[in-house]
Amino acid sequence: MELRSNEPTGPIENRWDKHKEANKLVAPANRRKYTVIVVGSGLAGGAAAASLGEMGYNVKCFCYQDSPRRAHSIAAQGGINAAKNYQNDGDSIYRLFYDTVKGGDFRSRESNVYRLAELSVQIIDQAVAQGVPFAREYGGLLGNRSFGGAQVSRTFYARGQTGQQLLLGAYQALSRQIEAGTVEMFSRTEMLDVIIHDGRARGIVTRCMKSGKVSPHIADMVVLCTGGYGNVFYLSTNAKGCNCTAVWRAHRHGAAFANPCYTQIHPTCIPQAGTYQSKLTLMSESLRNDGRVWVPRRKEDVTKRPEDIPEAERYYYLEERYPAFGNLVPRDVASRNALYVTNDGLGVGPEVDGERRGVYLDFGDAIGRLGEQTIRERYGNLFDMYERITGDSPYKTPMRIYPATHYTMGGLWVDYNLQTTIPGLFAGGEANFSDHGANRLGASALMQGLADGYFVLPFTVGNYLGEVRTLPPLTEDHADVIGAVEAVEERVQKLMNAPDPKHAPEYFHRKLGRIIWTKCGMSRNKEGLEEALREIPKLRDQFWREVKITGSGEELNQTLERAGRVADFFELGELMCLDALKREESCGGHFREEYEENGEALRDDERFSYVAAWEWTGNPGEPRLNQEPLTFEYVKPTKRSYK
Amino acid sequence: MSEELLNLTLHVWRQDGPNASGRFETYQAKEITTHMSFLEMLDVVNEELIENGKLPIAFDHDCREGICGTCGMVINGVAHGPQKLTTTCQLHMRQFNNGDEIWLEPWRASGFPVLKDLVVDRTALDRIIQAGGYISIRTGSAPEANEMPIAKAIADHAMDAAECIGCGACVAACPNASASLFTAAKISHLSLLPQGQAERQDRARQMVAQMDAEGFGGCTNHGECEEACPKGVSLRWIARMNRELVRSMVKADTPIESRKR
Ligand SMILES: Cc1cc2nc3c(=O)[nH]c(=O)nc-3n(C[C@H](O)[C@H](O)[C@H](O)COP(=O)(O)OP(=O)(O)OC[C@H]3O[C@@H](n4cnc5c(N)ncnc54)[C@H](O)[C@@H]3O)c2cc1C
Ligand code: SF4
Ligand code: FES
Repeated sequence: MELRSNEPTGPIENRWDKHKEANKLVAPANRRKYTVIVVGSGLAGGAAAASLGEMGYNVKCFCYQDSPRRAHSIAAQGGINAAKNYQNDGDSIYRLFYDTVKGGDFRSRESNVYRLAELSVQIIDQAVAQGVPFAREYGGLLGNRSFGGAQVSRTFYARGQTGQQLLLGAYQALSRQIEAGTVEMFSRTEMLDVIIHDGRARGIVTRCMKSGKVSPHIADMVVLCTGGYGNVFYLSTNAKGCNCTAVWRAHRHGAAFANPCYTQIHPTCIPQAGTYQSKLTLMSESLRNDGRVWVPRRKEDVTKRPEDIPEAERYYYLEERYPAFGNLVPRDVASRNALYVTNDGLGVGPEVDGERRGVYLDFGDAIGRLGEQTIRERYGNLFDMYERITGDSPYKTPMRIYPATHYTMGGLWVDYNLQTTIPGLFAGGEANFSDHGANRLGASALMQGLADGYFVLPFTVGNYLGEVRTLPPLTEDHADVIGAVEAVEERVQKLMNAPDPKHAPEYFHRKLGRIIWTKCGMSRNKEGLEEALREIPKLRDQFWREVKITGSGEELNQTLERAGRVADFFELGELMCLDALKREESCGGHFREEYEENGEALRDDERFSYVAAWEWTGNPGEPRLNQEPLTFEYVKPTKRSYK
Repeated sequence: MSEELLNLTLHVWRQDGPNASGRFETYQAKEITTHMSFLEMLDVVNEELIENGKLPIAFDHDCREGICGTCGMVINGVAHGPQKLTTTCQLHMRQFNNGDEIWLEPWRASGFPVLKDLVVDRTALDRIIQAGGYISIRTGSAPEANEMPIAKAIADHAMDAAECIGCGACVAACPNASASLFTAAKISHLSLLPQGQAERQDRARQMVAQMDAEGFGGCTNHGECEEACPKGVSLRWIARMNRELVRSMVKADTPIESRKR
C-alpha cells in the first residue's frame, strides 16, 4: 500500500492557498449531476452536507439518530478554539499551529495542522453569521476564555453548550438545504457497508432502523463523518449509539486505519457507581481551576467520610508531585496519576468489581476563600448536574471524579485532501486521524470538525469529481451492488441466529470494554497487551456463538443494532492493542510503562516518528503495518515535561 | 450517598408497530439501586427480557446526559418524569420509593406517531425548522465576526431561547398537543439577533404554518409545556412568537399557502 500525503510544499502559510489554486473545479451547472453521500450529521458531516448542497451537488446525508440535530457533537461543553487574537494576548495562526503540533506530541502532519489553524478564524465568522449565540463582553464583542492550560485566551463558548449551539448552526444550514431539495436526509438509517466498484467507493448499503429494510445507495463518492470509536471501552463519555461500524466497514474494504492506539482519557468524569453503569458523564475540566485533588494517605481511611479525614492525612498527590502545575497538569498526567493512587488502594467511593476507582476533587478551600456565591456563579450548573447524578452536593462534600475515555485521535488514514486509501472515499471530523497527533488539545475537536466540514471537504470533493469527470454508470442490478447488499443481509442473519444464544450484546460489550480499559487504557505494558490480544479473539468467538437477539431483523430492533456495533468493536479493539504493542514508546495519550523516566513519557523519535497506517489483510488480528514518516520543518520536536 | 435497593412494578406501553394497537404490560424491576439512572433501570429489565427470550422495551436515547433530546417518555403521567428541569436520561432512581408502581407511556400527540413501544416519530419538528428556522448565509461568505457588536443582554437572551433540545416534551405535556414552545423558542432565538432580521418577515409565518400543517394543536395558554420542559424554556417566547406572527402578517404582501407534510 502506498501512502501519499499529497501535501503541498513551500512556505507553510501558503500551502492551502496554493493547493486550492491547483484544484480542479466542477462548473456550477454540472454539480447537480453528481451525487455525494455524506454519512454523519455531526459538526463535520452536517457542515459538509450543507455546504455541498448549497454549492449545487446532489447530496444524500445519513444519520442513525431520529434527527440530524442529535449527533454527538451536541454534547461538547467547553468551547472551540480560533486564532482570532481578539484578546490581544499575542495569539496568531502560527501560535495555534505550534501549540497543536506540540500538544499532539509531534505525531501529526504539519501541513494539515497549519491549515486547521488558518481555517479556525473563518469558522467563528461563519458560526456568528448563522446566529450562534456565543458569549459576549459588555461592549458587545465576542468573549473568550483560556482553556486546557493554553497561555492565550482563544476559546469561544456558548455557556456550557458550545457543541450544541455550533451543531444547531450546522443543522439549521442543513435544514435549509433539505428544504431547497439539494440534500436528501435519511435519519434512523444506519450505514452497514461501502459499495466498491472498479476500485472506487461508489455508494453504501444501509439498514432502515424503522423497517429493517436493507438498501443500496449509489453515488459518485462517499464521505464518512461518523465520529469517534471511544465506545470500544464500553464506558465512555460518548453517546450510547456512537460506534465504529462505518469506518470499520471501510477499513475492511481497504481503507487504512491510522494510529488506533491514540485515545484520550479525560481526568474529570463522574466515577462508575455500579456494574450496571451505562455511560460516564464528563465534568468540565475548568473545575480543576478551583478544586484540589486528593485521596486519603492511608488505606484504612478510604471508607471514612472525607470530612472526617484531617488535613495532614490527605494526600494532595498532584500538588506534591508536580509543584509547578499542581492540579492543572495536562489531561494525560492527571489521569495517569489517578490510576496510580487508586492502584495503590487509595481510591474512594463505592466498590465496583472489588475496586474503588475515585479520587476527591475538593472545593472546600475555594469556598472558604471566595465564598459559596462565587463558586456557584462559576460552576453552579456543573454542581447541579453532579448532584442529580450522584445525590451528593459538592458544596458540602468533595466531588468524586475518575478518568474516562473521551476522544479518539486515531481513525481512518487520510491524505491532505481527506481522502482515504480508497479512491472516492473521504473522511472528516473525529472519524479521521488527521490533525491531533497523539493527543488532542481541549476545544480543538469542534474546530477540526467544522474546518473539515465547511472549508476543506467542499473543495476537495470538487477536486476529486473534477479529476474523475465521469464515472462509469452503476446500477442496482450490478453484481458489486447486489453482492454488497447480500453481504449485509447475511451478516444480519448471522447475528440473529447465533448457534447457542445466551446473552444480550451488552454482556459481551461490557467484557470487551473491561479488557480494553484495563490493558489498553491510561497505562499500557507489553504483558497486558499480549494478554488482551489472547483474550479478545476468545471473547469474540464466544460472542458469535452466544449473542442473543430477540425479535426479527425486519422491524425496529435496537438489540440487533447494538449487536452489529459490538461485533465491529471486537475487531477494532484487537487492532488497538496491536498498535499499542507495536508502538514501543510513550507519546500523548499512549503511555507504555516500559518507556518512561521518573513517570514522564519517553518518546522515541528515532524509531516512531511515523503514522501507523494499518491495512486489512482478510482476517482480524493479521493486519499489515504501513508507515507514513513524519517530518517537522517548523516545530522542532522537544520533550514535554511538567515537573 | 447512601444506597438503597428498590423493587418496583412497571406498567409499560407496548406497541409492535405504527399500525398495531398497543397495550400496557406489567414487569417487575427487582433490586434496583437508587444510584441507577432511570434508563439504566430499564436496561436491567431489558437485559433480563432478552435472556428470557422476550422482546425488550424499545425506547429512544443517545447522549444520556440531557443534551441531545433523544430520550423522552411519559412517566406516571408526567413528561420526563417527576424531577423538574430533568430529562428522562438524567432522572435517577433515588426519586422513587420501594414498592412504587410506575406507568410508562410514549409521547402522545397526533404529530408524533408511535413507531414502537415508547419510540415516536418526531420528524415533524425537523420540518418546522426546515420551514424557516435558519439564517441563510452561504458557507465562506460571512463577514468578520466582531464587525457587528451585539449587546451582551441580547446575546444572553437569544441563548436562553436557543437552549431547546428538541425533545418534544412540551408537545406531550400540552392538552392541545401544540408545538408552540418548541417553535417559539427557535423563532425567538433568531429574531432577537441582528443576523436574523433579514428573514424575520417570513420566518414566523412559515414556521407556524408548518406547525399547523403537521397536525399540532394551537396554544391556549395552559402552561403545561413550560412545566415539562427540561431546559426551562420560557412561556414568554410564545407571546413573542405571536407578536412576530402578527408583525409578519401585517407586513406581508403575499399570503403564505398552507404547507403540505
Ligand atoms: C462529553 C464530550 C464533551 C466534549 N467537549 C468538547 C469541547 O468542549 N471542545 C471540543 O473541541 N471538543 C469536545 N469534544 C469532542 C467533540 O465533541 C467531538 O470530537 C466532535 O464533536 C465530533 O464531531 P463529528 O462530526 O466528527 O462526529 P459526531 O458529532 O459524533 O457525529 C457522528 C455522526 O455520524 C452518524 N453515524 C455514525 N455511525 C453511523 C452509521 N453507521 N450510519 C449512519 N450514521 C452514522 C451519527 O448519527 C452522527 O450524525 C467533546 C466530546 C464529548 C464526548
Ligand atoms: S421547548 Fe423544552 S420541552 Fe419543548 S422541545 Fe424544546 S427542550 Fe423539549
Ligand atoms: S438521551 Fe440525550 S437528552 Fe436524554
